[in-house]
Amino acid sequence: MSDAVPTRAIGDLAHLPESAMGPRHLVWWGNIGFMAIEGTVFALAMGCYLYLMSQTPGWPPAGIRPPDLFWPAILTTGLLLSEIPNLWVRRKAVAKDEKGVRIGTLAMTILGLLLLIPRGFAFAHLNVTWHDNAYGSLVWMLMILHTSHLVTDIGDTAVQSLWLYTHEVGDDQFADVEDNANYWTFVVFSWLPVGALIYLAPRLA
Amino acid sequence: MIDPNARPPAPPEQLAVSWRDAPGIWGFLTTVDHKRIAARYIFTVVALMFLAGMLALDMRLQLAAPDMERMTPQLYNESFSLHGSTMLFLVSVPVMEAMGIWLVPLMLGQRALAFPRLAAFSYWLYLGGVMMLWVPHALGVTPDLGWFEYPPLSGPAYSPGHRADIWAQMITFTEVAALAASVNVVATVLKMRPPGMTLARIPIFVWAMFIASLMTIFALPAVMLVTSMLIADRMVSTQFFAAAAGGDPVLFQHLFWWFGHPEVYIIFVPAAGFVSAIVEVFSRRTLFGHVAVVLSMLAIAALAFGLWVHHMFAVGLPRLGNDFYTAASMAVALPAGVQIFCWIGTLFTGRPRFDTPLLWVVAFIVTFVIGGLSGVMAASAPLDQQLTDTYFIVAHFHYVLIGGAMFPLFGAFAYWYPKATGRMMSEFWGKLSFWLIVGGFNLGFFPMHILGLEGMPRRIYTYSEGMGWGPLNMVATIGSAIAVAGGLLFVANAFWSFYRGKLAGSDPWGGSTLEWAVPSPPPQHNFDHMPVVDSLTPLWTQKDGLAVMTGLAVDRREVLVTSVVEAEPEYRQKSPKPSIAPFFAAIAVTILFVGSIYTPWALVWGSVPVGIALTVWFWPQRERAHTGPLRVRSR
Repeated sequence: MSDAVPTRAIGDLAHLPESAMGPRHLVWWGNIGFMAIEGTVFALAMGCYLYLMSQTPGWPPAGIRPPDLFWPAILTTGLLLSEIPNLWVRRKAVAKDEKGVRIGTLAMTILGLLLLIPRGFAFAHLNVTWHDNAYGSLVWMLMILHTSHLVTDIGDTAVQSLWLYTHEVGDDQFADVEDNANYWTFVVFSWLPVGALIYLAPRLA
Repeated sequence: MIDPNARPPAPPEQLAVSWRDAPGIWGFLTTVDHKRIAARYIFTVVALMFLAGMLALDMRLQLAAPDMERMTPQLYNESFSLHGSTMLFLVSVPVMEAMGIWLVPLMLGQRALAFPRLAAFSYWLYLGGVMMLWVPHALGVTPDLGWFEYPPLSGPAYSPGHRADIWAQMITFTEVAALAASVNVVATVLKMRPPGMTLARIPIFVWAMFIASLMTIFALPAVMLVTSMLIADRMVSTQFFAAAAGGDPVLFQHLFWWFGHPEVYIIFVPAAGFVSAIVEVFSRRTLFGHVAVVLSMLAIAALAFGLWVHHMFAVGLPRLGNDFYTAASMAVALPAGVQIFCWIGTLFTGRPRFDTPLLWVVAFIVTFVIGGLSGVMAASAPLDQQLTDTYFIVAHFHYVLIGGAMFPLFGAFAYWYPKATGRMMSEFWGKLSFWLIVGGFNLGFFPMHILGLEGMPRRIYTYSEGMGWGPLNMVATIGSAIAVAGGLLFVANAFWSFYRGKLAGSDPWGGSTLEWAVPSPPPQHNFDHMPVVDSLTPLWTQKDGLAVMTGLAVDRREVLVTSVVEAEPEYRQKSPKPSIAPFFAAIAVTILFVGSIYTPWALVWGSVPVGIALTVWFWPQRERAHTGPLRVRSR
């Protein structure tokens, strides 16, 4: 068993570390790849909204009130504020602080679950259903798309927190916490254009 | 200080043991070996090409003469829908992904892909897509609206039942599979190149897979989104495509072709990678214009996203829009032309050796130029008004897809077959099948240009004698039959050579890239040591032995991760062991996808098994906690 061509050793890799963080880490790039895919889905879904909006006289269609602003305002504020603990967890992950990432992921799980409350009420205050007309279908599509990301990341954070509390944390898991925090940032900031379209476009059109 | 000429120590038996799969069915279900995964992709693709090829032959028999009654209109509709959907979604894109999954780690001197379990998951999900289309077909439920199912025809009003849903959800399966494979390839190319392989030294096929994977990431979400919107319109009465409720069926076409046009290049760019690799080795010189070819691929990738509307000229869009997309469609001929000149330049200035792989390349160049020229014709909006939905378009896209992608694929198959199997394919039978396929193909499809100009529409199950299309259709049918015979011979040659072919050795063609440095077939761990490259063609420039670096673990699965631009070694990454989790995750996703064409609630309850499977997949295996409130307290 050996390579088929003659080889000569010119160096050794044994001294290299066995893990890395941030863009040096392989998984970080996988995470970016999936964000690119999901970001494309958001962009295309928003494109659908703008396309049909441009084809329709009156937006929202006559007789429909724009979605109410109270609950989404709370949600948006909450999402933006959640970046403070989120970036704190990320820093704890980079610092490889075991206690910090345990508490941080638990706090982010609870915070995420709390944020689902205004999101739930926001669904009830869209003032249109998905089958009323294409406008309603678009609003619901954007809401469901974003909510599915929110729920996925809360689920992921919960599982991660459970694992962190029950195991000895290694370097790779600190990198995982960092990636998960980055993903939360993606979920928060993807909401800004999506939310602006849902709540502001009907008012400004 | 390390002696620069030191032979590296022979790696212990342990290295092979660390990378070995479990025997038997368990190993089959749990393997994360990129070579095995790619091989099962290719076996599946070959089986589907046979089935879809038989459908094509069946349709050609029906059209061979006027007023034939052997197929009903419904059966004909189902046949071309199944043929097109299979060839586009289940053959062309997956086979290119498969070649990438197999070749990229080998060309990068690596033991694995970046995410081996994701590759396994990708195949199982792809298989789910295959079954989504073909199992209902076996049960008598077949999509019948072509390979792009436009609403309103595919909407709830005109297509009751589940034919359209099956088509739409088959796409979700295959596109998730392709996206998973693409992220894998992108991460592997960016972070797992061997030391010394700067961006400027990436082999051209690896560039091609990288570019095609990026295109996949930005194109395929469109078709997943649009087919999900179609399913929603059909199941929960959303109104995306319902004109009466403010929707617009043209939106479907925009989203579909946002995917559909780049898809042509997602298929073609890897093929250009095959061609470049083959031309280089069989001309026995480095590729002429390497940088120009890479930049051309990038230009094609960028332009590909700017010309989807040329599929929609007949819809009645604004004039200025049509003008823009005509210009963009013609512009893509420029980088494509640059590539062709670079390949011809390489052949012209090299010492070409016309073995089967290079013959396929020559056939590709000729056929693709014809297909490209008919494409430039159809890119002109006024001409397209006349030609759209005629056999001219059928001829055009078969010239670019078969000539532009399948011929290079057959060449690539012949070129890398000895590496994959350890044996040579028969040159005699290879050349015979080459002439049958290329001759039969041209005889079969060239007359369709004329039929199209004469006004024969596509997707008709028969025509009357008075149209005068009979003789050319007969020629086309004979040509197709010859090409199918050639295809069967090609596959027979592959099977026969597997048992009886000449032993190949590690490098039968005098290859230039790293895959030729390992035994044929490669061992499961691919490389004993991490190669170091100093040029685009390391096997040609490192005459005094291939430079390697030692020090990767032998007692566990480990790969080297390097920096994005310069490929400087950064750290050693644990590579995941075989696992059943990807298989179970794919089954869970299958339950969700299949369920969600019957009830929207499948998206809710179906996500529970998916969540469990993914948790098992990613649950790190480490010691239980000694600290914190949930620590292990006593034993």
